[in-house]
Amino acid sequence: MAEMKTGAQIVIECLIKEGVEVVFGYPGGANLPIYDAMTFYPKIHHVLTRHEQGATHAADGYARVTGQVGVAMATSGPGATNMVTGIATAKMDSSPIVCITGQVGTGAIGGDAFQETDVTGVTLPVTKHNYLVTDVRDLAYTIKEAFYIARTGRPGPVLIDIPKDVQNAKCEFVYPEDPIDLPGYHPAARATVAQVARALALINAAKKPVILAGHGILLSGATGQVLEMAEKGSIPITTTLLGIGGIPAGHPLNMGMMGMHGEAAANQAIQEADLLLAFGMRFDDRVTGKLATYSPNSKKIHIDIDASELNKNVRVDVAINADLQVVLEQFNGDVEAADRTAWLNAIRDWQEDSSQRDIINSNDGIFRAAQAIFDVWKFTKDNNPVVVSDVGQHQMLEAQYFKHEKPHTLITSGGLGTMGFSLPAAIGARFGAPKGQEVWVIVGDGSIQMTITELMTAVQENSNINICIINNGYLGMVRQWQQLFYDERYAETPILSPDYVKLAEAYGVQGLRVTKREDTLAALSAAKAHNGPSLIEFVVEQHDMVYPMVPAGADLHQMIRRPTA
Amino acid sequence: MKQTLIALVEDKPGVLNRVASLFRRRNFNIESLAVGHSETPGISRMTIVTDEEELLRRNVVRENLFRLINVIEVDDVTDQPTVVRETALIKVRANATKRAEIMNIADIYRARIVDVATESLIVEITGDADKINSMTDLLKPFGIIETARTGALAMTRGTVTPRDPASYAKYAAGNGKRSH
Repeated sequence: MAEMKTGAQIVIECLIKEGVEVVFGYPGGANLPIYDAMTFYPKIHHVLTRHEQGATHAADGYARVTGQVGVAMATSGPGATNMVTGIATAKMDSSPIVCITGQVGTGAIGGDAFQETDVTGVTLPVTKHNYLVTDVRDLAYTIKEAFYIARTGRPGPVLIDIPKDVQNAKCEFVYPEDPIDLPGYHPAARATVAQVARALALINAAKKPVILAGHGILLSGATGQVLEMAEKGSIPITTTLLGIGGIPAGHPLNMGMMGMHGEAAANQAIQEADLLLAFGMRFDDRVTGKLATYSPNSKKIHIDIDASELNKNVRVDVAINADLQVVLEQFNGDVEAADRTAWLNAIRDWQEDSSQRDIINSNDGIFRAAQAIFDVWKFTKDNNPVVVSDVGQHQMLEAQYFKHEKPHTLITSGGLGTMGFSLPAAIGARFGAPKGQEVWVIVGDGSIQMTITELMTAVQENSNINICIINNGYLGMVRQWQQLFYDERYAETPILSPDYVKLAEAYGVQGLRVTKREDTLAALSAAKAHNGPSLIEFVVEQHDMVYPMVPAGADLHQMIRRPTA
Repeated sequence: MKQTLIALVEDKPGVLNRVASLFRRRNFNIESLAVGHSETPGISRMTIVTDEEELLRRNVVRENLFRLINVIEVDDVTDQPTVVRETALIKVRANATKRAEIMNIADIYRARIVDVATESLIVEITGDADKINSMTDLLKPFGIIETARTGALAMTRGTVTPRDPASYAKYAAGNGKRSH
């Protein structure tokens, strides 16, 4: 007879079976049994975040760096509802996390008990799947199923809600060794021979093709295959925000990011193209601009693991529901070498025009956000660090000026645009990244104040992360829109900050302030040398804009360009 | 032609909620939805009619539905030969003098009188939406007191069917994975 175990013990046993080493969370009344059980399993390290949102972002950051499932825990009611933003963030960016929440006892469910919320109801639209486990005998299989669903197919967040009496109930624990077999879930989609043939014919006939590389190239592990196709066919590549790092920034075929704040040359290439190869991306409104005029003369091939993304926003000529790596392996042997010099030269001319406008070249003595970020890149590039950026102007400037050469080195909230993501996600990323790889946070003065409580988590874990606050005294991206589209009426966008150096000191964090560009190197060196969290405040020009910019709803080629110097 | 979908789903708590939530958040419109047991224990069958007509949009709806973990199979039968049926109960104002006239209309539509009272009767009719609407129009002048209608049920004609529901029986039985 198998050993009797409590539900709480089964939770931890199953996490260990899944290879979980670190859990981010917060205890409370309804998950006390799980936390109590954890004390008997030293294999699992628990990180006490200061808010459950932080726990989900940390699990998300861990998942994005490692490709493994991140785990977050919270108690019932407010603990669980605090997770919602983090879960929605992971859903939009296809990040595999498993959230385990305590729930009031099964007998009390539905009775408005203390700290009761319908958590499976609340999280239904923002999870890939969720469970309410009402029988301890279902627990082990459910946890295994949850991890399987989170990491396979298009990854995403899965939540398991476990009532307190189920955590305390005992049953024979036999770990389900059989592979998961679900009737309605078949993540391994394949391309048909006819689809591959049609796509190949379009690729080999194209004169002006462009590869649009999204997060899927990283999630599928297809970065090598994408590059192989590009090199073989001399096809230029542009990436989405989350595709950054998938293709080395310095590669001559990489045009950089596309979309609203993308490279002008990349957007122009998309609009002029005769073939778009959309790989693991979803034609978000931030990358297409106005759909009616989007890349009007191109044939379009779309490959995605999620069939519901095909023909959702942009109508395509060949829609392939398959794992990108598998399908590109099928393709690549038959992609013909082609002379696309004329096309590449046209793109080079557009790029040349952009580089003349580059704000980095300005030498007027004003310390700019872009320069601070550029200098962080120059200082850290040999280490290929993980950069966790937040949401706003600094995020777009990071995407433009920080040259990522390696996959999984940019962690950012793309789809949901969750301010406050970066600090907790960096704490998670620190646990996932190799010891020698540095973790840098690039964050605005608005974003940092949303989750600044997690500084103490970083201190408690002696987390070796370096936080660069780009302080322009505004909610800069919103202010930019007010500046351009609301006649400079700055409604509630000026924002005060605390004295970050004193604040850092109060938390026990090394704090530094930089107000002139020439002082950046000394501060960055001090941060790097310090064992434990460091914080550098860069006080930068207040009214800088992020260019180029495609106004919302405008044609992709109707960019507001940087003024020429 | 409005989109008609047949979905086989796991008979578990909350599955109807998942389907309804999906349609709401994706901004797809449900014209009607009917759910009940299928021939396989543990598997429920849904017939969903949406207002989408164009093929690519219909595919997006179908794929979104199929993406739900508890949804096992989705067929878009819009373009297939299909039997579609709704049932309605219509309570009509009818005293002794009007009764025969109403029963005559019911006969024409092969509907049945299932309740008679001194001042009203209930007509039960089964058919497609057009047939029910048409009879409803004829009954209106008598005074309709209340109407209850099911959603559409759909089944493709003939024995050729792209799916084999029996193959899901193992899941219905728990597949031996769950301990109870």
